Amino acid sequence: MNKFVAEGFKPITSPYKEDGKTKWTIQEKLLLGLSTPDYITQLIRNPLNWVFALIFSVGMPLVALRFIKGLSFVTHSSYDYPWGLFLGWGLFVMVPLSASGFMLGTTVEVFGRKDFKPIERLALLNGLLGYLFAVVFLQVDLGQPWRLIYPMVVSLGPQAVLFLVAWHVATYLSVQVAELVPAFAELFDMPRTKKFIKSMVIGLTISGIILSTLHQGALGALFTYAPGKLHPLWYSSTFMWFHFFCSAIFGGLSMLIVVSTICKYFMAWRCDDNFLNNIDKLTMSLAKGSAMALITYLIIKIIGVAHDNDWIYLVSGWGQWFLIELLVGTIVPLVLFTVAIRTNNVGLARFAALIAVFGIALNRLNTVLIAFNWQLYQEIPHPREIGIVITIYTLYIATYRFCLARMPLLYTWKDK
Amino acid sequence: MNRRNFLKGGLAGGALTFLGKGKEAAASVAPPPPVSDITMLKEGKYPRGMGVLYDLSRCIGCRTCEAICNKEHHLPEPDLPFDDTSVFERVRRTHEGARTVVNRYKIKGQENPVFRKVQCNHCAEPGCLSSCFVNAYTKTAIGAVTYNEKVCVGCRTCMIACPFYVPAYRYSSAFNPIIIKCTMCYNTRLVKGEPPACVAACPRDAMNFGKREDLIYMAHQRIRINPGKYVEHVYGEKEVGGTAWMYLSPVPFEQVGFDTTLGEKPIFSYVKEFLSIVPMVLTIWPALFSGFYLLATRKESQKIKQQDIGEEGKK
Repeated sequence: MNKFVAEGFKPITSPYKEDGKTKWTIQEKLLLGLSTPDYITQLIRNPLNWVFALIFSVGMPLVALRFIKGLSFVTHSSYDYPWGLFLGWGLFVMVPLSASGFMLGTTVEVFGRKDFKPIERLALLNGLLGYLFAVVFLQVDLGQPWRLIYPMVVSLGPQAVLFLVAWHVATYLSVQVAELVPAFAELFDMPRTKKFIKSMVIGLTISGIILSTLHQGALGALFTYAPGKLHPLWYSSTFMWFHFFCSAIFGGLSMLIVVSTICKYFMAWRCDDNFLNNIDKLTMSLAKGSAMALITYLIIKIIGVAHDNDWIYLVSGWGQWFLIELLVGTIVPLVLFTVAIRTNNVGLARFAALIAVFGIALNRLNTVLIAFNWQLYQEIPHPREIGIVITIYTLYIATYRFCLARMPLLYTWKDK
Repeated sequence: MNRRNFLKGGLAGGALTFLGKGKEAAASVAPPPPVSDITMLKEGKYPRGMGVLYDLSRCIGCRTCEAICNKEHHLPEPDLPFDDTSVFERVRRTHEGARTVVNRYKIKGQENPVFRKVQCNHCAEPGCLSSCFVNAYTKTAIGAVTYNEKVCVGCRTCMIACPFYVPAYRYSSAFNPIIIKCTMCYNTRLVKGEPPACVAACPRDAMNFGKREDLIYMAHQRIRINPGKYVEHVYGEKEVGGTAWMYLSPVPFEQVGFDTTLGEKPIFSYVKEFLSIVPMVLTIWPALFSGFYLLATRKESQKIKQQDIGEEGKK
């Protein structure tokens, strides 16, 4: 694509062709304004597509085999570890990293910070796709995925935390779809739909906050069912939901810094000046938000240990692992963010965000897989399970890229 | 529907099934508990439910209970026959082919090993039940915790929530993966007024089936009249809110694979703290954030208003 841009090609950013009269057809919009042979040329030229093709050629048969042969073919099918990497990575890591949707929605729409507009839609897409693929991962993991609708209509168990998660993720997914409809409507010429959604954007945003608070917290609360099984340092029946919710805040913001950085360096052809000129300044603002959430998280983590009087565990091997998680996942990014803010160093803030994202992943995997069943043994995921996780994550990246390239997310649609 | 109504519903349903079918069997088993006993229900306990007292000192590891359970529930043939004692080489747990297993524990300084049977303990307030988002589990009035495979989605949260590591899962099946756990033979025997198959088949009288409160009395009586024979504790009387299956042991419980750190609070009580914030968030957040919105956009709206006034003034 860079080559085409260097040759003077301009991707679609408005409903009309250069002459200002003829409209682009839907097919041309999907091909970014390239002719079909040119489009295929750039597909083949892009090395990333080769990597994707390789991963899919190995991974997709694995996914199919999971549905034909059952879970035991692709996982270590343990009775003691009912949740493995599918949920550990796909649900418990993906969901906090997708908190950017409601964070930025709130910032722009509720707090009226219009200066965040250039990255609002990117944040919304990051949220939507993260949730969508968390559901895809869930579908791979559920024993009977065709019954996903059961907790909604067939047989309700409202006393369960998972019931909350199911309902809130489902409703929040539809909220996020609605929030992205304006971008879709711009691309496909549907002004009335856009106006309709715009009229209720505040309602959508506030329901987004409610639903996110509850289900981000509920994911943590799921583990309060296992007081003896999860290591006391990671367990807290009082604070667990708050630990998960609070870490989702900097998780979402840091993930947004990471994806916007990737966009800036690898999809610059799709970004407009509004995005490119503002991104460094906005990254610093996001870094400030992340730093605030990080310090809050650090404090409530310590309060969590104090509340249950778990200090004694800190001197054990588990305590060292806990401290490493806290150091690498929380304190290091906190310090880096602080230094970056003080010296106005955007590069350092981006690096800190990457560490923070890694920290979230570490915390969630610790909770779900490593510190879970700490008195029994450690589960090592099946190679096929890892393969499927990589495949679906690749599908997520491919979908992400597909949307970014077409919908007016990184660029502003020139309507008039 | 709140939790209490939900429990009551389950109780009434269970009692009705029982009453309808269990008349001729009334002689062998006491009648079901009266549904109107709400005071105990409020505490989440079923003291008049049935239960089993399992005496580890009487068990000889013959595995008759395993064999009869396999037959009763048409489970697959095991790899080794039920009279093969080599299975005791390692500690086993319930799995998709076995709703109950017997383990052997060698005790230091003691010649004879101690055997312990594992199956669902049928908690008074089951973690599996409170964690199930499709309500597949039922605590029946008679005490058994049953499982409805027709609504199970296969999320396996019940396996996370069970403090005793009981529910097993049929991972090997792609099209009908279900939870496998002991149901106290509820459908096949309890509703007919018969005790669970394993209890009836035990040649050593290691298990006694009866009213839970009678069994607690019996257990303490056994401890009293056999000084030094038992540890002075009835496991399951109070653990995680009380269980229908209770244990007497001649050796400390942790030496025969029991988790003695579980405490007396039911699993659900750990989750309540989170559930109580849900209505708060649902009610406070909309008001709070609408307020933020109005505050944050106040200047803008004032500006617009002033502009309007200004324009009207010009006219």
